[in-house]
Amino acid sequence: MNRKGLISIIATLLGLIAGAILMFAAGHNAFEGFMYLIQGGTKSLERIGNTIATATPLILSGLSLVFAFRTGLFNIGTPGQMLFGGLCATIVAHTVNLPRPILLVVLIVVAFIGGSVWAAVPGLLKALFNVHEVVSCIMMNWIGYWVVYYVVRDYFPNGSKATESLPLADELTLRSSWLSNLFDGSYINLGIIVAIITVILIAFILNKTTFGYELKAVGYNKHAAAYAGISVNRSVVYSMMIAGGLAGLAGLTQYLGVATNIQIGVMPTQGFDGIAVCLLGATTPIGAFLAALFFGLLYAGRGYMSVMTEVPPEIADTIIATIIYFAATSVLVERVLDKLKSKRLGRKVTSFTDDPLIGTNVQNTDDESDSIGFMPPTNDKTKGDE
Amino acid sequence: MWQTIEQIFPYAIAYTIPLLIVALGALYCERSGIINIGLEGLMIIGSFAGGLTIYILQNQYGANVWTIYVGLLVAAIVGALFSLLHAFASINLHANQTISGTAINMIAAGLTVFLARNITGSGNIVLTVGLAKKNLTGLSNIPVIGPLFFRNSYATTWIVLLILIVLTFILYKTAFGLRLRACGEHPHAADAAGINVSRMRYIGVLTSGALAGLGGAIYLVTIAGEFNGSVSGIGFLALAALIFGQWKPLGILASTFFFGFATTIANVSQVIPSLTKFPPVLLKTFPYIVTLLALIIFSKSTQAPKASGEPFDHGKR
Repeated sequence: MNRKGLISIIATLLGLIAGAILMFAAGHNAFEGFMYLIQGGTKSLERIGNTIATATPLILSGLSLVFAFRTGLFNIGTPGQMLFGGLCATIVAHTVNLPRPILLVVLIVVAFIGGSVWAAVPGLLKALFNVHEVVSCIMMNWIGYWVVYYVVRDYFPNGSKATESLPLADELTLRSSWLSNLFDGSYINLGIIVAIITVILIAFILNKTTFGYELKAVGYNKHAAAYAGISVNRSVVYSMMIAGGLAGLAGLTQYLGVATNIQIGVMPTQGFDGIAVCLLGATTPIGAFLAALFFGLLYAGRGYMSVMTEVPPEIADTIIATIIYFAATSVLVERVLDKLKSKRLGRKVTSFTDDPLIGTNVQNTDDESDSIGFMPPTNDKTKGDE
Repeated sequence: MWQTIEQIFPYAIAYTIPLLIVALGALYCERSGIINIGLEGLMIIGSFAGGLTIYILQNQYGANVWTIYVGLLVAAIVGALFSLLHAFASINLHANQTISGTAINMIAAGLTVFLARNITGSGNIVLTVGLAKKNLTGLSNIPVIGPLFFRNSYATTWIVLLILIVLTFILYKTAFGLRLRACGEHPHAADAAGINVSRMRYIGVLTSGALAGLGGAIYLVTIAGEFNGSVSGIGFLALAALIFGQWKPLGILASTFFFGFATTIANVSQVIPSLTKFPPVLLKTFPYIVTLLALIIFSKSTQAPKASGEPFDHGKR
């Protein structure tokens, strides 16, 4: 077991313990709660299918965060990119009449482009004006939120229901009857296939191609990358756009797969959950895939749990959020691990992190902005000198 | 047209006030060198704590006004306590402040609804009585200004404006304020001058927690009327106002009013015919777009605290 994986698992365990304490404090039986939570996600073939379906957008949004982190960026704009990518795909599905195989390809392309466009703005602002991507991504989230809100309300309203768009017929979405039948009528959809292919593709791009190497090089040290002849600005924009495209795909699988319409007036939690997926998956595509399945289980099982035990379903959200917090504070876990190790070995072991991309050290990948402040760092000054 | 303005002005002010108080808290936090994107979550916590307190007190003692003020106070205290999570992560553990802040937002949204369901049976807490609007006697009869500012105003408006004045004074005219700003601009110099940087940053984060909690509760008792696990993005809007106001109290006052007014017009444009010519989507996205533009325009001359978001490390030079 490597260290990163160990820390991820400890963060998860701490999150689950926090959830147990919370259930206990609210007067529920925590053991029973977890039992029904897991049963709710795995008990039958249909429930397993639903777990996979719920996990699908999480895989893709987590992958978006992984790709951005690996290339030195923090893409907190996944909710906005999901919304806009999903909106673009919804518009196409509603308005364009195409044979199904072509439609599916078009939907995937359109959702990817939609997300990319939304992420290109923070990318360009970072490349051209040194605006930190975190703040511009937050702004883009809310611009996306309101654009989607009014476009849906004015052009695709669902009759009297003011909070969602007109549902699409299953043939116009990623849902497929054979896959659903395979899982006893679950709402599992072709999105999972899209997600698996994307995970493999992104792992390949990051690890086996020159393009991926260049993007990672910019993430590790942009001055060195520039010295090696890599165009830093172009890489930043490309990284953001690919990360945004992945989030757009997450929107596609959420709004034209798990659901068949867009809920408006809510920021999709799957976007922020991507951070948890990414951290728990130790910023690797495969890790994100597994982490997303775990979170999918929590989300898919919570309904069954709350029916069986009266534990409110929000316990799942709280557990996931707590896991993010523990992942962010993994330094504490590392310190404890180091202490244990040094006690066992009888000497002081210096703390090390082999990969600067996990947890607390995410920001250090970009040497210039070891501050993740909203203040755009200036080019000609290194912060370390202060 | 004038009548319309007179009509919506009190609403715009009511919307501005929670924005303003949250942005002021964020100002202290960022000036001390810590970024807090958990404002939305802290507001939700405040709205929950305040709502629950008022709910319990009103069941016990009837719908008295003092219950609301007790609720506001509790909201501020609970907000400050909850922000300790962020302070501990970002000051003691040098954690990534964006992740920690996001975690705060998500924990708040999940936890409060979880608790609300356990306590009241549903995810909501509905207040029987909110804060009442009042006309200020005398002042509300002044021509022009009277109807705009002093009619249909909430008491919280004046409390918040008082807090604004006090906080501005502390930030710019006291030794404490100077030290706080120094920690955000140049923590090593501050450290060398004998200032306890960690302590100042704790104060900054706790201030933002308390004020965000207060802001959430003010939003609850003036606008929302019920707690439902969300404050509709006001926390993020406050963050935009902080940036657009260029990290200055008066700038924040102007930007929050600007944003509050735009949002109010968008909210009421369906009801008031003369406002339909403003497309609401533009008004709602306007605060975020102008903030992006401000980031571009001020990218070379930003007033942002220089060390904001940077963990303080004694050994680093």
